[in-house]
Amino acid sequence: MVTLKKPALPLIKFILNNNEVSTSLPAGMVLLDFVRYHQHLTGTKVGCNEGDCGACTMLVGELRDNALRYRSLTSCLTPLGNVHGKHVVTIEGLNMEGLNPIQQAMFDESATQCGFCTPGFVVSLAGFCLSEKNATTQNAIAAVDGNICRCTGYKSIERAAAKVAQLMQARQNTEPVAFVSENRILPDWFSGIKQRLQILRTALNGQLHPTDAVEWVGGGTDVYVQKHDTLKDAPIRFLFDDTNLKGINQQGNRCIIGAAATVTDLAESPIMQQHFPHLADHIKLISSTPIRNIATIGGNLINASPIGDLTIFLLALDAALILRNNDQQREIPLRQLYKGYKKLDRQADEQLASVSFELPRHNTYFSFEKVSKRTNLDIASVNSACCCTLQGDHIHDIRISAGGVAPIPRLLEQTNTFLKGRSVTDTTIGQAIAIAQTEIAPISDARGTADYKRLLLAQLIKAHFMTVLQHAEH
Amino acid sequence: MKNIDAYTHVRGESIYLDDIPLIQGTLFGASFGSPMAHGTIVNLDLSEAAAMPGVVRIFTYKDITGENQIGGIVPDEPLLSDQEVHFCGMPVAFVVAESIDAARAAVKKIKATIEPLRVITDPREAQALGELIIPPRTFQLGNTNEAWSQCKHIFEGRADTNGQEHLYIETQGAYAVPQEYQAIKIYSSTQGPTAVQRAVSRVTGLPMHQVEVEVNRLGGGFGGKEDQANTWAALCALAAHLLKRPVKYSLHRMEDMAMTGKRHPYSADFRIGLNEELKIVAYEVTFYQNAGAAADLSPAVMERTLFHCTNSYFIPNVKATAYSCRTHLPPNTAFRGFGGPQGMFMIESAIAKAAETLGIEASVIQERNLLQTGDEFPYGQKAQSEAPECWHKATELYHLTDLRKETTVFNAANKWYKKGLACMPVCFGISFTKTLMNQARSLVHVYTDGSVGITTGAVEMGQGVNTKILQVAAKVFSIQPDKIKIHTTNTFKIANTSPSAASATADLNGKATLLACTAIANRLKKMVAEELSVAEDAITLQDEFVWVNGQKTDRDWKSLVMAGHIKRIGLSEHAHYATPEIHFDATKEKGHPFAYHVYGTAILGVTVDCIRGTYTVDTVKVVHDFGSSMNTAVDLGQIEGGIVQGIGWMTMEEVVYDKEGRLRSNALSTYKVPDIYSVPKEIAIDFLQTPHDNLAIFRSKAVGEPPLMYGIGAYFALRNAVRAFNNKGYFPFDAPMTPEKVLMALYATQQEGIIQPHEETSKHLAVDK
Repeated sequence: MVTLKKPALPLIKFILNNNEVSTSLPAGMVLLDFVRYHQHLTGTKVGCNEGDCGACTMLVGELRDNALRYRSLTSCLTPLGNVHGKHVVTIEGLNMEGLNPIQQAMFDESATQCGFCTPGFVVSLAGFCLSEKNATTQNAIAAVDGNICRCTGYKSIERAAAKVAQLMQARQNTEPVAFVSENRILPDWFSGIKQRLQILRTALNGQLHPTDAVEWVGGGTDVYVQKHDTLKDAPIRFLFDDTNLKGINQQGNRCIIGAAATVTDLAESPIMQQHFPHLADHIKLISSTPIRNIATIGGNLINASPIGDLTIFLLALDAALILRNNDQQREIPLRQLYKGYKKLDRQADEQLASVSFELPRHNTYFSFEKVSKRTNLDIASVNSACCCTLQGDHIHDIRISAGGVAPIPRLLEQTNTFLKGRSVTDTTIGQAIAIAQTEIAPISDARGTADYKRLLLAQLIKAHFMTVLQHAEH
Repeated sequence: MKNIDAYTHVRGESIYLDDIPLIQGTLFGASFGSPMAHGTIVNLDLSEAAAMPGVVRIFTYKDITGENQIGGIVPDEPLLSDQEVHFCGMPVAFVVAESIDAARAAVKKIKATIEPLRVITDPREAQALGELIIPPRTFQLGNTNEAWSQCKHIFEGRADTNGQEHLYIETQGAYAVPQEYQAIKIYSSTQGPTAVQRAVSRVTGLPMHQVEVEVNRLGGGFGGKEDQANTWAALCALAAHLLKRPVKYSLHRMEDMAMTGKRHPYSADFRIGLNEELKIVAYEVTFYQNAGAAADLSPAVMERTLFHCTNSYFIPNVKATAYSCRTHLPPNTAFRGFGGPQGMFMIESAIAKAAETLGIEASVIQERNLLQTGDEFPYGQKAQSEAPECWHKATELYHLTDLRKETTVFNAANKWYKKGLACMPVCFGISFTKTLMNQARSLVHVYTDGSVGITTGAVEMGQGVNTKILQVAAKVFSIQPDKIKIHTTNTFKIANTSPSAASATADLNGKATLLACTAIANRLKKMVAEELSVAEDAITLQDEFVWVNGQKTDRDWKSLVMAGHIKRIGLSEHAHYATPEIHFDATKEKGHPFAYHVYGTAILGVTVDCIRGTYTVDTVKVVHDFGSSMNTAVDLGQIEGGIVQGIGWMTMEEVVYDKEGRLRSNALSTYKVPDIYSVPKEIAIDFLQTPHDNLAIFRSKAVGEPPLMYGIGAYFALRNAVRAFNNKGYFPFDAPMTPEKVLMALYATQQEGIIQPHEETSKHLAVDK
């Protein structure tokens, strides 16, 4: 590898498997490259370099409210700076004398053929064992929803996942780390990690941000796909662990989400779960477990993709943004953020601090629709959300948003205006769809032809009303 | 027995190309691919790239020490473009630098001025212009011209299938290390070590005995590394040869997807005639194969399309013509099924068209026309058919009549969800269709401690071939599997190998191993027989001991081997196997090209969401002819994996090129293969053990490719579900059935038009990369 001539780079320290490591390599280098080519641990594989195959899956453990919490992530998109002070686990860190029970399950079910994707699957399943998730087969399978296997057809992996779920059934309320180390599911040194992380954290001065930072990185799941070459050597300000940007809270009737909250944080938020009864179904349509674990809400909004799933979700909720520049801050509605394809109403030094929206009331119904070539772990052909307040059989207020049909993610303002005050009938919906067609300008691309996207949006609007009426009846 | 690599796989300890520890001084390569699909290079400016930090040298065609040619079947493919470029991604220059990052950064600084020439992406357009890779070929049986008059029903139509990206999770790559006396050792992720050896020899000018190619294992191949691993190996070898330093090139996923060929897209016109009893009397089909810019394996792929153009059916009058059409896409190549799936899709489309027009189930026609033993294929071979048995067992075991009733009831009760069913019988010939390739060699060493080392021409890529070869040796010697090691595939140990392909690897290399092990065992038995003065056939090896006349002796395997060594008995054997009985005369297009056929029937059920156009595959129920499976764990994995890959080809996997020949589905974010949520909820496999003798190893029939074609049923099941919602709309036979095509068909009107190819019409994708 090339020796980089960079002056006094900040020292990054973390625990890699059972060893404390430190490096002065650029903090923007991705974890995968560091582990494979600098630590020479080659069990983790390079598959796609864009978070879409899971061959590079690792686990990262960190202290949250003094509890040790593990999450899977795609190490091809994770800068070293985002694992500073944490515990990184690779396939090598899961190996014990003989096979561990997760590996044994994969072995017994012949859930490995060429073997290239296999370490990723094993690591993801270990992530399930280290999580607080209920010990169901469904949850074990969900843990590997970001892992692609081209050989097995997954049925054997499903069978192995079912066995792994069984392993965890006796856990009950035991802390996962304690349970897996006591039951020899993972190496026993896992039980000492919490203490070692506490020591490491105390030793760190927390100063990772170079003063000359020109790039800002949250979870990295989009920027490292778009401009990996620029970021790998750049001075970066890391936002992912900025505690000021974390948290999902309720103030009055508003939900306030820190810009660095992850999609997983959103999915696990009791506030969100309470107000969005179908949240789990919506979230399942958005990327994969390891990506959701690191992708931030702020990143999803600021990357300005015309089909950002959470952007569409939050547009329908008429979310407002707090943009901050040192001690100055301003609030703008999300619907005014996008000025053109990848153009934002945001100054270069303004930082997205938080997103807030009014929580749906009892007669407000929310619906999220997304269709892509592959239902899960894919980018939408068209996505759309609808937040509809009914008064009797009339629409009191409605916001339908749509992605993939214009250069920017947008609210269908004219359609929404038309619908307000009307009762929901087939005729009304038909007219609304016709108006919606005048508000959009889809293009043909790898995700579908323009004609298809027009038809699809019409269908998704129909689907919204079916959902809203169905929920209203219950 | 489990796959012998499973233990190291689950621990992350298996070694793939990119995991080989680097030798000091290793350099890294990256290639500059043509940004245009067709044109003349007016100027190639390397100056800025060459001045980049870490760059050691940039190679072009001028640096080639041997011949600038890597075409296998037809010499029409330069390694590095000289004057013209023929596809986007065609290698033009090869940068070698001190690091991967430096090499890739320099590639971006290369400037090529290319004068554009006409770009052809449509095979029909190429055919009309006479742009053919080889002359067209026609397979004929009976006389279709005379047969049409006997037909009560005649239907015509067109059908299209798209390509398929292999998406082996390990990308292509090679690592070339110079040796003394000008020799080169190449580690390659290839299915064809000899193909790599030949290509390197040709490009460097070194004789083959100077070129050592070693393969440990592949992280998936699926045909994509049968011929197309040659390029990277030849580039690395050339650079290593000239720089006298090790050179490695492990492709970035986007390089791999942009620069390598895929499964061939096909377009076809068909005409099918049936009599009153719904017997297919005549079938004519013309195939337009999209070969891409060079021959690669296209002629052989085209041939197999012709071999399988009638799938599992006997049709007395057949005329099938195929054109291999030269376009400006990356050269398309082998992919599991090798042209067979495309041939089968067309006949199934023809049957579906007949059934839809007649208002009957396609299965009625399918069942009435199944091959019977003794029926003649269009290429002259007589069938030893298991087709009726597979079909009848499947329909009875899985209660097809009840499934059909349930579907009808469901569809009547549900407005917005519709179910569809389809049956998919499969008949697939086993052997390389080029007869000379059906040979293999195995080198078996028994060491004096009783351990056994085996080298064959087989490449392990997840299909479990090494496991099966190990089983052969364990059975012949009657020793424990842990006494046997399958060594890396290496051209200095086994020469002139056929690639690991055509589902035949375990048969060919397994049989060669069987011969080698048997020869050693017989020598040892003979030695014991002479010692004890008994007949040779009185001696058997059983459970690691020598048995005489059915009685266990106290001589174990290890002492037997040592005794043999002391008596100077040869404990090594290099055996050669060539498949008997097979032959084919391409001048007559008749012969007996296949050692045997594999049969099976699948029933597939799907549910379509008629609001959104999305769908699920609910079930795939299969009766598969295994002969007599020697490893059910490995074989079940091949069937399940093949089915899912086939369904992927028929549903979500959509290769998209724009009109300029640029790949738009160029990353995993834009090319989708099945994930764990999209696979069938249920896959049921019934192991049909068929009693007839066959040429498979231990009568365990080849299993690599045939199951992929069960996936074709997914297309027709989806079609049936869509037609339950809208049976009036125009609905071309055009795979894959993406959610887009499903939704468009659900709401299609009656207008019939030409098939609009899915084209990029804008400069940027919905995400910009």
